[in-house]
Amino acid sequence: MTVLEIVDILKHRFGADLVGSVVEGTHPHVVVRAEKLVSVCEFLRDDEKLRFDLLRCVSGVDWMGKNLIEVSYDLISIRFGHALAVKVILDRAKPQVETVSGIWQAANWHEREAFDLVGVQFVGHTDLVRILMPEDWVGHPLRKDYQDPVEYHGLKVKP
Amino acid sequence: MKEIEIHAQPDLLHEGEIASDIRTEELLVNMGPQHPSTHGVLRVVLVTDGELILKATPHIGYLHRCAEKIAENVSYRQYTPYTDRMDYLAAMNNNLGFALAVEKMGGIEVPERAQYLRVIFAELNRIASHLVAVGSYGLDMGAFTPFLYCFREREWIVDLFESVCGARLTYSYITIGGVREDIPEGFVSQCKEFLDFFEPKIREYNDLLSYNHIFINRTGNVGVCPADMAIGYGLTGPCLRGSGVKWDLRKNTPYCKYDEFDFDVPVGDGRFGAVGDCWDRYFVRVMEMTQSVRIVRQALERLSDGPVSAKVPRMLKLPAGEIYFEVENPRGQLGFYIVSEGGNSPYRLKVRGPSFCNLSVLEGLAKNCLLADIAAMIGSLDVVMGEVDR
Amino acid sequence: MQTFERPKIEYTGISKTIAEIAVVVAKIAGPILRRLAWFVFFGVIIFGCAFVWAVGRFVNPLVPWIVRDIIVVAGGLGFVSLVAMVGIWGERKVSGHIQSRLGPMRTGGWHGWLQSLADGLKFVQKEDLIPASADQPLFRLAPYIALVPVICAYVVIPFGASWVFRDRDVSLLFVLAMLGIEVLGVILGGWASNSKWSLYGAMREACQLVSYEIPMGLSLLVPVMAVGSISLVQMGKAQSGGWFNWLMFQNPFLFFAFFTYYIASLASCKRAPFDLPEGESELVAGFHTEYSGFRFVMFFFAEYAAMFAVSAIATIVFLGGWNSPVGDATSGPLWFVAKGMFLVWVQMWIRWTLPRIRIDQVMHACVKYLLPFTMILFVGSSVWQLYGSQFIFYTRFILGGLGLVMVGLFLAGAGYGYVNRGRLVGRLARKHLPGA
Repeated sequence: MTVLEIVDILKHRFGADLVGSVVEGTHPHVVVRAEKLVSVCEFLRDDEKLRFDLLRCVSGVDWMGKNLIEVSYDLISIRFGHALAVKVILDRAKPQVETVSGIWQAANWHEREAFDLVGVQFVGHTDLVRILMPEDWVGHPLRKDYQDPVEYHGLKVKP
Repeated sequence: MKEIEIHAQPDLLHEGEIASDIRTEELLVNMGPQHPSTHGVLRVVLVTDGELILKATPHIGYLHRCAEKIAENVSYRQYTPYTDRMDYLAAMNNNLGFALAVEKMGGIEVPERAQYLRVIFAELNRIASHLVAVGSYGLDMGAFTPFLYCFREREWIVDLFESVCGARLTYSYITIGGVREDIPEGFVSQCKEFLDFFEPKIREYNDLLSYNHIFINRTGNVGVCPADMAIGYGLTGPCLRGSGVKWDLRKNTPYCKYDEFDFDVPVGDGRFGAVGDCWDRYFVRVMEMTQSVRIVRQALERLSDGPVSAKVPRMLKLPAGEIYFEVENPRGQLGFYIVSEGGNSPYRLKVRGPSFCNLSVLEGLAKNCLLADIAAMIGSLDVVMGEVDR
Repeated sequence: MQTFERPKIEYTGISKTIAEIAVVVAKIAGPILRRLAWFVFFGVIIFGCAFVWAVGRFVNPLVPWIVRDIIVVAGGLGFVSLVAMVGIWGERKVSGHIQSRLGPMRTGGWHGWLQSLADGLKFVQKEDLIPASADQPLFRLAPYIALVPVICAYVVIPFGASWVFRDRDVSLLFVLAMLGIEVLGVILGGWASNSKWSLYGAMREACQLVSYEIPMGLSLLVPVMAVGSISLVQMGKAQSGGWFNWLMFQNPFLFFAFFTYYIASLASCKRAPFDLPEGESELVAGFHTEYSGFRFVMFFFAEYAAMFAVSAIATIVFLGGWNSPVGDATSGPLWFVAKGMFLVWVQMWIRWTLPRIRIDQVMHACVKYLLPFTMILFVGSSVWQLYGSQFIFYTRFILGGLGLVMVGLFLAGAGYGYVNRGRLVGRLARKHLPGA
């Protein structure tokens, strides 16, 4: 199934909740409203024609200039072999989105990483703690305005 | 004869009485970050009841080197060596994944000879990486000898790599636009000699380890990961195929001339237990080595003369846009998500490490198993901490 | 920044006096000794030889028992140390050759034969580290409890018909009892370390050893019944005359009892595939995780001494002890040591070939298979002795022939490996092979 057909199905099903879509180029994706993410993802996984069963990646991007944070969920269907990304665009001051870890267990660690490095709050996540950085680290390193702390537990961060 | 009276003590047999008398509690054991079978600096917190594991929680991040943050400050070509350091056992494959992602985004055409060379080195590196996985899995199970046999063969592959690019672990050989240098004279015959030497050795590993009765008892029916669980947790590579799912990016979404080659995708068949147990995941790696040998042989046949690299400017600029591209690494699908704003360096680069996802299933697998099974599970997932933590 | 500061040890009282005297003595004697090291070395050897010769030549009929005992104890201790050192070096060489490596090649010149001595010296120099939260007295005591009983076991092992330190009527029981005490040291060490991994190792050792003592004892009862004595010397004497007189070939039950004993003995001295107490991929290093320096060496020594001790029992009880396989002319301690060492070598061979068993499988194998099987052997052997005596003459040749075939197959395999050694080893080791 081509990306165009998938996007058509989604448009038919969700209508205005689908904020935008890119079907050409190297990263075809649809943009959905943050509140509707879970229902869109559930539909993508469970629909007989789509069956996006493997969540490949959850990546957060910090657009400081536009004051936005973008979270991209890369999906692939092992049964049919088609791929699509779902994006949500969040407010940079309060990046909150419903968790999808109830739909794909793989999202659990990916969302923890996105929370750790980009600072996206995943509402409803069972264990939203830092995963790569120490638990008492301050700041989210992949934010564009991130400043390194001077020292951490008495150790100088920058020599 | 006087009969001996046995005084039964119903009070002591009463459950609540014992509970208040002898206090039992679970033992919390910290396995790692320095532990022989955690394959690096993984830390698993075990809640145990004697030898029984009630819960195992992996804690990662001890090898975090900010690879994604570094990417935002270096140019595309400068980033290739950083990809080496992620999955350091399969550096060629990491190079390949990054190079393909950048080339696809920048529309760079790679010469034919370079494409075959890439396949040859990626597959040789896959063999080397699986040799480490297979050997160290034997080590986890207490069999020391297969480990050294595997390293003996890997040594030859590493020698071949050294003759090509001078490095033995972090190659940076596959660069954007092709490969860094042409292969030296006599490489093809040396490579064929190695393949002839190596192919019968796989049977030796099977005799020594795979079909060993003790080994089968230790790994069969242990850490069973059914197909739906594997897909749900985002397992890829041999871990997914061990669960019986025939999914290989080299077959399903071919890149880099993989569609020209004739090879099979081995899957776990549950020969010694349920489908998706540790033995299946292990044996998929053994079978994949045979397939890699087949691919390398075919690629060596098709190797034609020509340039080995396209002309790529030193300060490569990619058009504004984004890409998510995945290749099949020895450990699973390695994905690069690159967001460009048209500058010299990526605006955001996210790496999807296969080991990262594969490791997350450990918490689901390690329930009500024995202490020794934890080593079996971690070994069969074959994680490289450099890639988990990046 | 965290720094680790070592607490300074202030010597007081008699320790201070000893330390001061030691410093003074070392200042004076050190340079002299260094200059005359070779002289002292050979002097000690020559004096020792002269002393032994003089005792044997002049005071033997009148020798007080204490002098004789001292000499024999020194000899016994020397033999145990030698066995352990050769065992450790042999383990490294055997593992190396099995794994297409060479093992130690440098220390001492010829194939690194001094390697274990050098390792021992290194360990003696290491700091005696005791974890702060360990139970100090028990932690210090444990290695001795592991090592001393094993050495005691050698007291009653006969190396030849008259080469035995103390010939007791119950020598077999004594050896088993002494080997059984070793587990106490391991449990103590594991418990006193106050480390969870050590505790795991100790508990594994306890449950494994206690369960495997039963099949081990039962399979030893089978030959005891056949001979009618539990004196090791008596058992050895009963097997003279040639390989077909060895107890192992006397009846089919004895033949299998040898193998059940051997499996149980592997478990009792924690050799692979039963090396769970120290299983390095699960328990870091098991019960000796926290031990270092000389205390670790004592555990190590105990393991190798126990390896030879259980092999020596197998040799005496099943394989004819000091009796030569062809006639009595060449019987003697050399045969005994050779057979014992062969069995030790087989233990190494097994260790470097097989993976480790899981703890539940260890228990399973013992209680469900080994124990019933040895009981059948026990009953079968007694029935055989009552009713099967007319077959004994043929049986021993049939079973002896089977044994010979096994040895022949082993030699053929070894020969095949030797002929094809170039194909089996790695490229780096190939140029070091004999005849390369």
